[in-house]
Amino acid sequence: MSTKRFALAALLAGATFLTAVSVEARTLRWARSQDATTLDPHSGNTGPNHVMGHNIYEPLVLRAFDGKLQGALATEWRVLPDDPSTWEFKLRPNVKFHNGNAFTADDVVFSLKRAMQPAADMKSLLVSVEDVTKVDDLTVRIKTKGPNALLVNNLTNMFIMDKEWSEQNNATQVQDLKSKTENFATRNAMGTGPFQLVSREPDQRTVMRRFENYWGRDAVQNDITEIVYRPIPEAATRVAALLSGEVDWVQDLPPQDIERLRTAQGVRVNTGPENRPIFLGMNVGVPELRSSDVKGKNPFADVRVRQAVNGAINRDAIQRVVMRGQSQPAGMIASPLVNGYTKELDTPPKYDVAAARKMIADAGYPNGFSTTLHCTNDRYVNDEGICQAVVGMLGQIGIKATLVAQSLRVHFPAIQRGEYDFYLLGWGIPTFDSHYVFNDLYRTKTSSAGTWNGTGFSDPELDKKIDSLNSEVDLAKRNATIAEIWKQVQASNVYAPIHNQFIAYGMRSDFDIPVDVENTPKVRFIESRRS
Amino acid sequence: MIAYLLRSLVQAALVMLAVAFIAFSMFRFVGDPIASIVGQDATLKDRQELSRALGLDDPMPVQFARFLANAAQGDLGLSYRQGRPVAALLGERLPATIELALLSALLALVVGLTLGVYTAIRRNGLLANVIMSASLVGVSLPTFLIGIGLIYIFSVELRWLPSFGRGDVVRLGWWTTGLLTESGRKSLVMPVVTLAFFQLTLIMRLVRSEMLEVMRTEYVRFARARGIPDRVIHFRHALRNTMVPVVTITGLQLGSVIAFAIVTETVFNWPGLGALFVQSVQVVDVPVMAAYLMFVGLVFVVVNLLTDLVYLMLDPRLRSASAAPAR
Repeated sequence: MSTKRFALAALLAGATFLTAVSVEARTLRWARSQDATTLDPHSGNTGPNHVMGHNIYEPLVLRAFDGKLQGALATEWRVLPDDPSTWEFKLRPNVKFHNGNAFTADDVVFSLKRAMQPAADMKSLLVSVEDVTKVDDLTVRIKTKGPNALLVNNLTNMFIMDKEWSEQNNATQVQDLKSKTENFATRNAMGTGPFQLVSREPDQRTVMRRFENYWGRDAVQNDITEIVYRPIPEAATRVAALLSGEVDWVQDLPPQDIERLRTAQGVRVNTGPENRPIFLGMNVGVPELRSSDVKGKNPFADVRVRQAVNGAINRDAIQRVVMRGQSQPAGMIASPLVNGYTKELDTPPKYDVAAARKMIADAGYPNGFSTTLHCTNDRYVNDEGICQAVVGMLGQIGIKATLVAQSLRVHFPAIQRGEYDFYLLGWGIPTFDSHYVFNDLYRTKTSSAGTWNGTGFSDPELDKKIDSLNSEVDLAKRNATIAEIWKQVQASNVYAPIHNQFIAYGMRSDFDIPVDVENTPKVRFIESRRS
Repeated sequence: MIAYLLRSLVQAALVMLAVAFIAFSMFRFVGDPIASIVGQDATLKDRQELSRALGLDDPMPVQFARFLANAAQGDLGLSYRQGRPVAALLGERLPATIELALLSALLALVVGLTLGVYTAIRRNGLLANVIMSASLVGVSLPTFLIGIGLIYIFSVELRWLPSFGRGDVVRLGWWTTGLLTESGRKSLVMPVVTLAFFQLTLIMRLVRSEMLEVMRTEYVRFARARGIPDRVIHFRHALRNTMVPVVTITGLQLGSVIAFAIVTETVFNWPGLGALFVQSVQVVDVPVMAAYLMFVGLVFVVVNLLTDLVYLMLDPRLRSASAAPAR
């Protein structure tokens, strides 16, 4: 190993002796519970895949650690003044793929169209796109079905691959599970990103080397020359590997280890809020709750019951006891970075058991009622613990909730089918816009919208307002509508927001990696700490 | 003999069919694979279309028949999680598991036999008593705790051994081995010890009690009266007669070590079949789970067959019975 590292250092020293950057090789050994399922950039729309993608590939635009949008392969973007349904992107000149091919508009057109293929999971983010065309080598236009003011927000994980490479290697079609053979792009990659793939062993080890001809090389603030990414599913082993110095960075530290690791020698812990509110949903749509002793009517259909639930939850206690301080109590389903967020809306409902008890009595349930609270036990930070706390708190106002905690593979499909009376859910907001919350959580459920609205909540007037956000290009007017919708849905109390969860990164102290709000940290933005 | 083998093979096929059928009927309780294949942005329509395309909407017997028909043609499908052929995935993981299982079975057998004989011969000795007490720890401590404990002592505190993974492996054809590199050998130590610990104590206690039993028998007393040296009595007369139950247990244990090294593999992030299975269950990767369970059925059948053959070698009475024409 040391001779290999020395050889690499010597090689890099030879290759870069003319530039002023540090020439010593430095490896970032990075561990996480999950591996990317594939390197095919358009196959899976999930966090671990995007995290891996951002090293090797680049999108047109991306978000830095603080969530701010910035150009990557695009330098400028705008809606055409004379056609509100067309976006124009100016591409970055003099960009090279890892194989030396020049990056041009052809690659963008090819990649976006590839991401729209039926087998591509990324197509969900491009449903509004009608066509992608090349204007010249460095200009691309995206035509949408009707105006779409926020298209650019959907492109932050839409990676661009080399068209020529894809054609040569029979990878123009996106990975398809119905096929009988493996797609070349599943374990190989050709992008313009700051690192190039050296080797890929799924579930074991992925090695990447710094790409010396990366266009943004001068702006990179660290001297990391190699990334070794190792998935370690077992939490205790992951922490041990960090303590023993076998890995430099653990991206998902278990919350119970945070305090212990803060005092450990040679280890640094960074925590920060993730863009992912956690909340409870109440089913208002069914005539009778399936899990309740109240027959013939649905207690949750009465807004006073929902207000009582909101008022009976002690969010500060959950933050203190269940989350050990690692959360921010919330009053709305949107984190502070989301367009439409306000401090007033996010002020948690007042915790007042007496008032809640009175409200539930006024609604006609002086003795409360029983129901089942469905929960995940493998998805969010301390998800089951949150639900246990909620069950206790609701007991104080007479709601006898039985807790059922299951895997997300059972939980999520049941929410989508609207089978639960009362459930826990978390919602990441990758577009950083309120529409993403409204469209999936509040809009009436259809085959293409309201997918995660398991509450049965439906208001056709509200749906119209939500849909109008898609095409409104006047941002001031659009924001006014967003504020109006928030007012309405907050009053509905159909969800009980709990908090925004924090995530924790653990690292050897010669690194200082800030928590990425989307939890898709980009190595190029890490600043070097080594003196 | 040939009839016996044929009968075993038919039995094997039936066992594997039964295992696959039970596995298939349980899969739908694990959850919906679609939830882990697509991201949260996928619409209900997309989800339904994918479910139909993968045949997940069909009734279970139809899915089972399709799986069998494809498997018979050597096509185990693509992993939902990785988009790679299941056969390749299992083939990649197999060497890691076999290497781990065989080494720990060897360790358990050699050390277990030695200590078992020793504690039986010196049954009132101080050391024998210490070993017996320590073996209680092996029987009662869960594998998970032993593994984590070893990691904290030897990786975190002493930094002698790697806490996870297989180290550098050498490729010999399709086989991979960690025995030929230093980091590979170092990586093997803790997983092998962890996996062997329970087996070892089991074999040791079994050998000890069988030995004590045999030592009390008449022919051992006669042998002693005839002045045959203790060494010969212990190893030639006593030990040999304790071997049948020991071989049974070791055989059964070898099967379960190969099939269910799951906990050890998970703790040490060992890239074997057990770890693959755990990861596949978490995302309801039906093709991998089905193929893995079939494989486990195969392992048990083969191990049982081998155990039976070893009996024939150890016990001449069985040999004459099976050599005789059909009863």
